[in-house]
Amino acid sequence: MMINGKDLLGIEELSKKEIEVILKTADSMKEISERKIKKVPYLRGKTVVNLFFESSTRTLASFALAEKRLSADSFNLSSSSSSVLKGETLLDTVRNLEAMKIDFVVIRHPMPGAPHFVAKRIKASVINAGDGTHEHPTQALLDLMSLKQKLGTIAGKKVIIIGDILHSRVARSNIWGLKKMGAEVSVCGPPTLIPYKMEDMGIKVFYNLNEALADKDVIYVLRIQKERQEGGLLPSLREYIKIYGITPERLKNAKKDVVIMHPGPINRGIELDPRIADGKHSIILNQVTNGVAVRMAILYLLSGGEGDEDSK
Amino acid sequence: MKIQNRKYIIKGGRVIDPLQGIDEKLDILIDGDKIEALGHFEKKEGEFVDVRNLVVCPGFIDMHTHLREPGREDEETIETGTKAAAKGGFTAVASMANTEPIIDNSGMIRFIKEKAERDGAVEVYPIGAVTKGQKGEELSEMFDMAKAGCCAFSDDGNPICSSYMMRKALEYSKIVDKTIIAHEEDLFLSKDGEMNEDFNSTKLGLKGIPTISESIMVARDIAILGFIGGNLHIAHLSTKQSLDMVRKAKKNRLSITAEVTPHHLSLVSSCLATYDTNLKMKPPLRTKEDVKALKMGLRDGTIDCIATDHAPHALFEKEMEFGSAPFGIIGLETALGIVCTELIQTGILSLKELIEKMSVNPARILGIEERTLKKGKDANITIFDPNKEWKVDVNNFVSKSTNSPYDGWKLKGYPVMTIVKGKIVYREGEFQQ
Repeated sequence: MMINGKDLLGIEELSKKEIEVILKTADSMKEISERKIKKVPYLRGKTVVNLFFESSTRTLASFALAEKRLSADSFNLSSSSSSVLKGETLLDTVRNLEAMKIDFVVIRHPMPGAPHFVAKRIKASVINAGDGTHEHPTQALLDLMSLKQKLGTIAGKKVIIIGDILHSRVARSNIWGLKKMGAEVSVCGPPTLIPYKMEDMGIKVFYNLNEALADKDVIYVLRIQKERQEGGLLPSLREYIKIYGITPERLKNAKKDVVIMHPGPINRGIELDPRIADGKHSIILNQVTNGVAVRMAILYLLSGGEGDEDSK
Repeated sequence: MKIQNRKYIIKGGRVIDPLQGIDEKLDILIDGDKIEALGHFEKKEGEFVDVRNLVVCPGFIDMHTHLREPGREDEETIETGTKAAAKGGFTAVASMANTEPIIDNSGMIRFIKEKAERDGAVEVYPIGAVTKGQKGEELSEMFDMAKAGCCAFSDDGNPICSSYMMRKALEYSKIVDKTIIAHEEDLFLSKDGEMNEDFNSTKLGLKGIPTISESIMVARDIAILGFIGGNLHIAHLSTKQSLDMVRKAKKNRLSITAEVTPHHLSLVSSCLATYDTNLKMKPPLRTKEDVKALKMGLRDGTIDCIATDHAPHALFEKEMEFGSAPFGIIGLETALGIVCTELIQTGILSLKELIEKMSVNPARILGIEERTLKKGKDANITIFDPNKEWKVDVNNFVSKSTNSPYDGWKLKGYPVMTIVKGKIVYREGEFQQ
């Protein structure tokens, strides 16, 4: 089975079945990265451009590796090195790329909906690598994959996402994904960093961390986006750490086998104590490893590849 | 179709004239630019213009139009904007002052009037800025502008942020007894918002503009109005909360009026899931509950008129990622279709009430000649078919811009003929020079 449509723009639009196919396909892609010769020919002759209008380490590297391991021809364009600096519009940028016969645009952009705008106007497949505060679908998929590996199943698990929910595309994509897979989701953070009517997504909202942690199977810690906290959203980082920082002391209130996740980059000592980030609860680096496999799966499926179905 | 004689007869239509309490099948005899008589006439008295099965009424006025001239003639001009108005069934528009440069002195008012006299398909009533350069710092020369033909004052596009300045504006405008048209927005609250703040903005990751950014300013201005007097008109009212406050202020007999746009009656924030920049406007599209309340507000008379807030933008400016696109949509050519579909077909308003809100009331608020089909009045007449279905195609627009979210919509309610001062300026797709 394949996933529907030419693009991957968000988790909201995906069905549970589609997510399962992606995760299953990613499972088989994972092995490729373990081989001595880390390359398969699935995307030979396909051209991919990684169009990044925001800085990135993990996502860009992960996409670039996924493309190379599938034998695609790919290159990166960033806003700082492209004609965007000369005032070229997004529309002209992608139309010019399309004129050079590309097959995929992987786009990261600071504005919500930018990938949707592009997808409607070109024939190439568009993959959303993060659009402002909207969605980051491949991140959520790699998180689901990591959780499934760790816990066996996602259904019925209690997951709490902590921190700056307002500015987080990771939170939005994960909430959709986790809910579709049957998890019970809650968020916790300063009220000024939780968007209006958040509970309408079908989740619980907490302001007080200690009361929220007790029965959770998974704690998903978000990065405090220091660049976005101007304008009175937070009185100080110091106060944030006091209330919401995840420290060993605080984890004493949590389940013994609680799983800690973080999308990176980590502000060590702010939202996450280094002892936790590097400790036994953390699956943060597994998330990164799975990122390559998930992106290989997405590229493969969108190029028309037959996905794996759950044989169970 | 060219009328050869000075005299002609609008034959066989359903004439609705709210001010005279008329709603019956009548002919209208027009002589030159004036209405000569209502009644039943024979061919020998003048050439027939057959309008059987159509509604004939006093000419519509759009009291909130951005004509963009001077400054952005690539988006709209007085010529193209008034043509769009004529095609939409409007015999007059009131043009907003936020052009480049701003219409904030009598010279600019005269420029608009003279240009409209020469290029305009319909009448243009210029609105002057409340403050110099619309900066909100110093009052403009209201007396001088009024003398030059300015019909009202507005800094629309921007709110008057300072309560002090709003007080002074309402106070000073008493000199000329004209209305201050207020764009109500607390910029501290709307900030860099892009759409209505509700579950949809949360889902889409777009920055929210809360309803309170409007209603707080409406509350403020009602308080000022109660304190100092003057005439206040709320432009593009969009929330239930603001509506409730206007209703109460009217009960308290304050001189307050309000308008609503066709788009705030027909679209809601959940439509933005497509990130279509033609749905980006200020005030933003609100919720179903707001739309329902606004319709009830029209019905109970809290809202006096329907105005388009026709805001042309160049295609290259709207063909952007959502965050980069400007606010505003055009509305002159779709307004009648939208309001007939949303209000007449649904029975929310009667035709008479609709005509009051698009013709009689705007004229009263702007202080221009009353809209009625009495003998001796200027023959400004709108003729339309409230039941004809048609499909919106932006490629057929005569406006210079196409930033309309209604492309492809099927609407019921179609403007057929527009008569300005006795001249048939538009008839079913054709303009008369």
